[in-house]
Amino acid sequence: MIADTKPAPSGRPAVATPPPLPSPADPEGRRWVAPHVAELPFSGIRKFFDIVATRKDVISLGVGEPDFNTPWNVREAAMYSLERGATHYTSNRGDPALCAAIAQYVKTHFGGDYDPQREVLVTVGVSEALDLAMRAVVRPGDEVLYHEPCFVSYAPTIRMAGGIPVCVETGVADSFRLTRAMLEAAVTPRTRALLLNFPCNPTGAVLSAADVADIADFCVAHDLLLISDEIYAELTYAAPHVSFASVPALRDRLVLLHGMSKAWAMTGFRIGYACAPAAVVENMMKLHQYSIMCAPTTGQRAAAEALARGDSAVAEMVAEYDRRRHFLIASFREMGLPCHTPAGAFYAFPGITGTGLSSQEFAMRLLDEHGVAAIPGDAFGPSGAGFIRCAYATSMPHLREAMSRLADFVAKLRK
Amino acid sequence: MDQVLDILRHNARTSIEDIAKMTGMPAEEVAGRIEDYERQGVIRGYRAIVNDDRLGGSGERVTAIIEVRVQPEREGGFDRIARRIGGFPEVVNMYLMSGKYDLLLFVEGDSLRKVAGFVSRHLASLDGVLSTGTHFMLKTYKEDGVLMEEDATDERLQVSP
Repeated sequence: MIADTKPAPSGRPAVATPPPLPSPADPEGRRWVAPHVAELPFSGIRKFFDIVATRKDVISLGVGEPDFNTPWNVREAAMYSLERGATHYTSNRGDPALCAAIAQYVKTHFGGDYDPQREVLVTVGVSEALDLAMRAVVRPGDEVLYHEPCFVSYAPTIRMAGGIPVCVETGVADSFRLTRAMLEAAVTPRTRALLLNFPCNPTGAVLSAADVADIADFCVAHDLLLISDEIYAELTYAAPHVSFASVPALRDRLVLLHGMSKAWAMTGFRIGYACAPAAVVENMMKLHQYSIMCAPTTGQRAAAEALARGDSAVAEMVAEYDRRRHFLIASFREMGLPCHTPAGAFYAFPGITGTGLSSQEFAMRLLDEHGVAAIPGDAFGPSGAGFIRCAYATSMPHLREAMSRLADFVAKLRK
Repeated sequence: MDQVLDILRHNARTSIEDIAKMTGMPAEEVAGRIEDYERQGVIRGYRAIVNDDRLGGSGERVTAIIEVRVQPEREGGFDRIARRIGGFPEVVNMYLMSGKYDLLLFVEGDSLRKVAGFVSRHLASLDGVLSTGTHFMLKTYKEDGVLMEEDATDERLQVSP
């Protein structure tokens, strides 16, 4: 840069290109950001987070992770691995012992048969696995179907992989389930894949065995790849989770995404995984190898312990979530907020249109006037407008206080 | 286990209304069950878990763990002597053990002197008691599943997707 502006030995400027903008005009370096990234919107949650972070004495129903700490045996295993000096890289795919444990778990709990050496990849949370899957399979201009309201990263991840996100809206009338008819209306010859998340964040919706069979048929009929994010699989309350991994017809067209974060309360360990046909895993692994190398070793050791001896801790947490879920639903009913009964994950998604406020107004006033943080539903896509997401991954005393404040707010709005 | 009992085991102060909401049962049914448990003696009481160290001087208590060897009786084995020892209010927990001694007692008192006095005056002198070994508790790290030195903290971000 400096050389460019220096007079050449002849005394004339050396180059004809315009000089770079002087830095005071662009102190934040915006000119370096690629336009397609600059155009990507921030998550609606981040905006809300920035506001909540400035408030004191807030009870937050806005946290999308367990309030439980990681079970002690799992934390202890992580400490032990550090003591033993397990502080090095693992295989790119993941520690072979963990891959084997994952294959075993998916077999016994989900009914899917995967070769731990060729069809399992350990990732940095499901978020990385999703990103890898998209980048490995989406060609420029391919359409990827996904449902809204949904987790905030889906559309951006599809877009960053060069695909076109095509949203299928689910609604409260169907308990936020996804039906084949909705999918048939959205599929085109350019559709490459379908991305699903059931049990669903933010709605708590689940799919029945019949729904799963229908959607599987749909994928086969249109020759689509199914990417199924089943991170909340263990957290179901009415009926056991039905995994797409249990459907033999999907064997060569399913990318199953799962991980330790939610059911084992291990968000900070950052361990997720993908189970998929060998060529898909192989190519996801290439991307993973160049960008990440391997998932954190401590987390992988902890995950192996959790899979081996974590079932009872999971069962205890699920029982507690279920009580809170009942408590929340009963509380909403008492205060007259309509809410479909969430059957999975740890979110309730009550409707607030009856109060005359938008989701954003409702959430902001609830925060300002009553010190309760709940996420406006449209942070999860436009079809979430008119709802708020309340996570019940929060202790009973906090939930009780939050429900009492929410009831006061709703009563005040009705006056 | 019954949900009502499980909730009370974790927090005996959970109100009947809250238990009703948490389980989806009518409040009357919850109240009825609790009454039944109390009447049948399944629920034998409710008490606070107190960290005496945080009370400071005033409420301090001394706890001793005492290993007791006893002479079992031809009729009744250990039960009669156990009932005899258990009658003393100073004895807060008592268990029959396998191994080198027979009964394990938790004894509480206001001072070391009082507990030592109880052992020599009432316990060691009982007919059938062969020997006692007294260990005074120095510090409570965990009681009834509750860690005494840890305070609940929430390390999570206030909002996350």
